[in-house]
Amino acid sequence: MKLCIPKETHAAEKRVAISPDNVVAFAKLGYEVRVESGAGESAHFPDSTYESAGATIVSDTTEIWGQADLLLKLNPPTLEEASLIREGATLISFAYPARNEDLLKALGDRKITFLGMDCVPRISRAQSMDALSSMANVAGYRAVVEASHRFGRFFTGQITAAGKVPPAKILVIGAGVAGLAAIGAARNMGAIVRAFDTRPAVKEEVKSLGGEFLELDFEEDGSGSGGYAKVMSKEFIEAEMKLFAEQAEEVDVIITTAMIPGKKSPVLITEDMVKSMKRGSVIVDLAAEGGGNCELTEPGEAKVVHGVNVLGYTDLPSRLPTQSSRLYGNNLVKLVHLLGQVDEFSINQEDEVVRGALVLDEGKLSWPPPKVEVSQQPAKPKEEPTPISEEKEAGGSSIFSPGMMLGLLALVLLALGWDQEANDNEFLNQLTVFVLSCFVGYMVVWNVSPSLHTPLMSVTNAISGIILIGGMLFVTGAEPWADTKSILAGVAIFLATINVAGGFLVTHRMLKMFRKE
Amino acid sequence: MTTGLVTTAYLVSGILFVLSLGGLSKQESARKGNLYGILGMALAIIATFVQLSLDPEGVINFQFLAPLMIGGAVIGTILAKRVEMTSMPELVAILHSFVGAAAVLVGLSTFLDPANALMSGSEKLIHDVEILLGVFIGGVTFTGSVIAFGKLRGSLSGTPFLLPGRHLANLGMIGVSIWLGSQFLEQGHDEAWISLLIVMVISFVLGVHLILAIGGADMPVVVSMLNSYSGWAAAAAGFMLKNDLLIITGALVGSSGAILSYIMCKAMNRSLANVIFGGFGTSSGSSPGGGSEVEGTITETTADEVAEELKEAKEVMIVPGYGMAVAQAQHVVKDITETLRAKDVNVRFAIHPVAGRLPGHMNVLLAEANVPYDIVFEMDEINDDLPGVDVLLVVGANDIVNPSALEDSSSPIAGMPVIEAWNAKSVVALKRSMAAGYSGVENPLYFKDNTDMLFGDAKDTLSAVFAKLG
Repeated sequence: MKLCIPKETHAAEKRVAISPDNVVAFAKLGYEVRVESGAGESAHFPDSTYESAGATIVSDTTEIWGQADLLLKLNPPTLEEASLIREGATLISFAYPARNEDLLKALGDRKITFLGMDCVPRISRAQSMDALSSMANVAGYRAVVEASHRFGRFFTGQITAAGKVPPAKILVIGAGVAGLAAIGAARNMGAIVRAFDTRPAVKEEVKSLGGEFLELDFEEDGSGSGGYAKVMSKEFIEAEMKLFAEQAEEVDVIITTAMIPGKKSPVLITEDMVKSMKRGSVIVDLAAEGGGNCELTEPGEAKVVHGVNVLGYTDLPSRLPTQSSRLYGNNLVKLVHLLGQVDEFSINQEDEVVRGALVLDEGKLSWPPPKVEVSQQPAKPKEEPTPISEEKEAGGSSIFSPGMMLGLLALVLLALGWDQEANDNEFLNQLTVFVLSCFVGYMVVWNVSPSLHTPLMSVTNAISGIILIGGMLFVTGAEPWADTKSILAGVAIFLATINVAGGFLVTHRMLKMFRKE
Repeated sequence: MTTGLVTTAYLVSGILFVLSLGGLSKQESARKGNLYGILGMALAIIATFVQLSLDPEGVINFQFLAPLMIGGAVIGTILAKRVEMTSMPELVAILHSFVGAAAVLVGLSTFLDPANALMSGSEKLIHDVEILLGVFIGGVTFTGSVIAFGKLRGSLSGTPFLLPGRHLANLGMIGVSIWLGSQFLEQGHDEAWISLLIVMVISFVLGVHLILAIGGADMPVVVSMLNSYSGWAAAAAGFMLKNDLLIITGALVGSSGAILSYIMCKAMNRSLANVIFGGFGTSSGSSPGGGSEVEGTITETTADEVAEELKEAKEVMIVPGYGMAVAQAQHVVKDITETLRAKDVNVRFAIHPVAGRLPGHMNVLLAEANVPYDIVFEMDEINDDLPGVDVLLVVGANDIVNPSALEDSSSPIAGMPVIEAWNAKSVVALKRSMAAGYSGVENPLYFKDNTDMLFGDAKDTLSAVFAKLG
């Protein structure tokens, strides 16, 4: 089976579908890899590197399109290119089916099977073929590089002999893949990074990269499906805009990444906000393709308005062609893996990844696929601590629960107590009480958490001061100080009271110190 | 009817004591537990007053009782307010001795009570045995706790004091006591009084001797054992006085102390008998080092470097030991913790069950320094997480992080569960000097490649680290 890599024809496109490293992986699957001459040139992969990896170089464009069984590309083909494809071949590239109706029709006529890399469902299993994420990652990084390129200062703070350099402050709006990549890159360059996202679940990711997560004093979870945030309520948006306005005055660089698939990007940075920014500040609008998050963004262009650089580049991944091509190529390898080796190559519609990516099945439109729900787990709603009843805390197995033991103890004691005079076997009864109490003590104390061992000891200390009752019973007579027995008992009372008071108080003091966060 | 009323009150206070111990099982309910205990005690005292006042023959002498009880309460309050959290073990030990002494005194009073002379036959026999036992257990608890107090305080040396033939001496004393006891049962009132006093003195000597032979680091076991004894002493008094509440309470306290001793022993992989009679690290063989010699070099580090390391870390674990208590370093440990946590470093504490000189000692110290208890973990909870830890600080602990417990079967501490500190990516051990720990065993942890030593008083060195962190 011939696997062909044509050259990208889009004028500004520097990337190529696969890197020479990927050739080996495809060869292992049994494919015969052909690369159009000069395909990797602008990504710094000369023909020779593909050749030495085992690919055949084809110089004729018509030939490479015509002979392919499986075509791998980045951008969707032009109508002209579509007409070159052999009937019944398989094509994998970005598809953007929503805005490429003509192309789909042309390809459909030629009974092409078309898998869109942008249609791969964003589920955990398909992460390794998620080309949108790969490209967003590159774009996020590049956005920081572009910003730094335009920005007249260091990103990092320094104390030099020539004076103190304050670090740059960067605001990243939207902490998706691109946003996170931007946060990481900016942090690594030493900037102070703040990030905002409507989905509270990403807070931890932001923090893990060293960013500061800005929060609104407003409860609304923006987690939507498919890895994107949903549209928020009006009140939320107002609060959000207020936050951005405040931040705009303060920060040096704003990187916006708020894209809504298939829709116009929301305007988050108004002209007034741009005006309020310091001269020389930079805005990088990663949502430029959908119209931009900044009112002043002009897609594809860089311009200076009110002294602020507004960058609306739409080709950020292509500006790092080597990196992007490698990542995209790896994504392709994983997807082709899923289609199988050459001899068992098939489009398995049972597989939800393949089904999701499938735009045309032998010319038949099969997009959009049935819905697959995914994405990040939304942050759990705050749980109110549920009060647990006393019995439960004391724990223990069901039969030996303290409640049960208490009941037993009560029964035995009552039986003994009310009937005391009449009882001959007093000692035996006392022994019963003793053994039973040991057992209760045993059951109860096993549950004590080790961190409370010291308080446990001081409480038992205080409780064992109960011996003062014994003393009290012996202080009798009108003149106890004349009686040895009463004096001894008196000393016992004195000592035991120290215990009772000291034990309980010190326990109280200790327990007061234990605090939870 | 009187008895019924009082018994009911006692029953309720017994239940309150059970609830009190139950409440202490969880942090959330612990304060309530303490409150139950106080209620139970108050109820018991009131009930006893009621009992006395309802007794037609008895006269309550308030002029005699009130000063004693108020005086005791005042002293107890002062002790409780003044005590440093690092001195908790001493306080607990001395309180045990009071219970022991009180049990002895109550035993003697019981014997002197005229009612005692009126008994006869098997009833008298049982009663006399109870008195003997009460006095004997109380005596051992009393002097044993005083010695433990001295050792914990440092006024007595922490090293085991071992007489030649001490096991024989102990057995002899017990034997003599039994013989005297049997005489006591036969004798008339006056001779029996002398025998009882002699038994009391023997029990005092036995208590001293037993505890003197136990080393400082075994104190968690000793203290919990004495806790148990004080309970048994109270229970014995209950038998003498035919007072069910005393029996119940004594049994509760006794079994609680016994469980604590068991837990402590298990944490050291030793039996109770071994702790009491062992004379650890000295009885077995001539070379106190035991085990194999450790080879390798130690790397010394500075406060600056430690601070740098901490700044880089994402996961920090702190393993405190008795050294932290001695140096009073818990507050600066907390300062460091706060600073790091403010920088989103995950700081946690790992506590070995026998760290310190009292069960749960480290938890109390950390709580005193205001470290939230939900970042303080037990050894078993945390050992598996250690490989993910970037920096592990050992603050004044030694044997509880000693790898030879697991690696060297000839080591005296072989088999003792330890915190596997060496699994962390980097270990910093704070220590005053290279001296071996209490067990006398060299600690190979200090010689590992990923371990750095920071010598000096933990409070001083950590303060220096904290200053550099800010």
